[in-house]
Amino acid sequence: MTAVAAEGVWKYYGDFPALRDINLSVEAGACLALLGRNGAGKTTLLRILAGLSHASRGRVRVFGGQSRSQETRRRVGVLGHGIAVYEEFTAFENLRLFAALYGLPDPRKTALEWLEKTGLERVKDGRVREFSRGMRQRLAVARAFLHEPSVLLLDEPFTALDDKAIAALQELLSRARARGSTVVLSTHQLREALELATHVALINRGKLAFAGPRTGQMLDDTGWLYRTYGEA
Amino acid sequence: MNFLRQAWLIACKDLRAELRTKEAINASLSFALVILLLFSFAFDPNSEQTREISGGLLWIVFAFAGALILNRSFARELANDCLDALVASPVSSAALFLGKCVANVTLLLAVELVCLPVFGVFYNVRWTGRFWPLLLVLALGTWGLTVVGTMFSALTVNLRLRELMLPTLVYPLMIPGLMAAIQLTTALIAGQPLAGGLYGWLKLLAGFDIIFTALALGLVDTVLVG
Repeated sequence: MTAVAAEGVWKYYGDFPALRDINLSVEAGACLALLGRNGAGKTTLLRILAGLSHASRGRVRVFGGQSRSQETRRRVGVLGHGIAVYEEFTAFENLRLFAALYGLPDPRKTALEWLEKTGLERVKDGRVREFSRGMRQRLAVARAFLHEPSVLLLDEPFTALDDKAIAALQELLSRARARGSTVVLSTHQLREALELATHVALINRGKLAFAGPRTGQMLDDTGWLYRTYGEA
Repeated sequence: MNFLRQAWLIACKDLRAELRTKEAINASLSFALVILLLFSFAFDPNSEQTREISGGLLWIVFAFAGALILNRSFARELANDCLDALVASPVSSAALFLGKCVANVTLLLAVELVCLPVFGVFYNVRWTGRFWPLLLVLALGTWGLTVVGTMFSALTVNLRLRELMLPTLVYPLMIPGLMAAIQLTTALIAGQPLAGGLYGWLKLLAGFDIIFTALALGLVDTVLVG
């Protein structure tokens, strides 16, 4: 079953085509690593998949539904460049708010559970503005995961995380995949991404240069994909 | 989760954030009081003319002070890309907009209710004679100003000069609503009952609110998703 599909997606910023005829499908339960240089169009594609931006041409489907439908948004978890939590609220208040916005039955309990899972239970009543960058990123991960989404769209999720936090995030992603969640993540950290990924897509100047299963060769030589399909 | 619950959650979130930072309310209230004070030097508080312009004076103050609150409404969501998280969540854009409007109306009405007694003292005007009809007019006028302002706050949120753009876009659109609110406020402060010709202005104000609320609720998803 196809979880996420982009069909002939173009995105223009003015006259500039940021995405050019992207055709991509991700099977349910798969983990797609979206790779590409800076400015290749990874974030633009993720934003369109998440329903944060409209495609100029083409269409996007998430489990067969439109990305902006309420039912689809309930099933998708998004972690973008920003941490998307409120500085003036405590960690607990942020998670309780988003749990309530996602219509979870017991927002308070869910918030406490995720604070524990991300190792933030000791600072649950601390305001986010007092948090370190790593703590903020962990809170952002909790915010994106707390409704146990069927599809996770993650833009540079390993940014600002130390080794321990990266391992914790990888563990959360593995658990989500074991639950059957589909993961699409963009990153420059090839080693971490390729270890998780079942599939790889490489975007080069807005065009899909490669899409296919992750192979052992990619793991052995992380630069191979860029040398073969990307820019020199 | 139903629409009204979503709107309520957004309104509570915005009000709680504002009560913690007091960024918009402090700026708006102090600005309103300063304008009231400065205008009081320009007009003779004992003249009949001052009463005749009282509605216009008050609504100019409310519109200027309101812009400061409205500007912050969506700008607050820019920090850490919080707007993306809200737009990506199952909260409907219309509920998000309505929640923000409720929070903005609450803040702006609070500023107005502080300004009215100050206005009464500085301008030697007894404004409590028609208190409940005046409150109705304030509520309707403030809702209209808030709906239009919140919509343009969403539209201009990513602009560098949004503080300038918001009033430039909002005030011309507000002319029919402001005209009605000014006429009604002036008459009520002068002690006239809400009857006769004033009903026409009240209908215009209510119609303005209904039309712009419906338009904004219908268009806000297009504005928020680029």
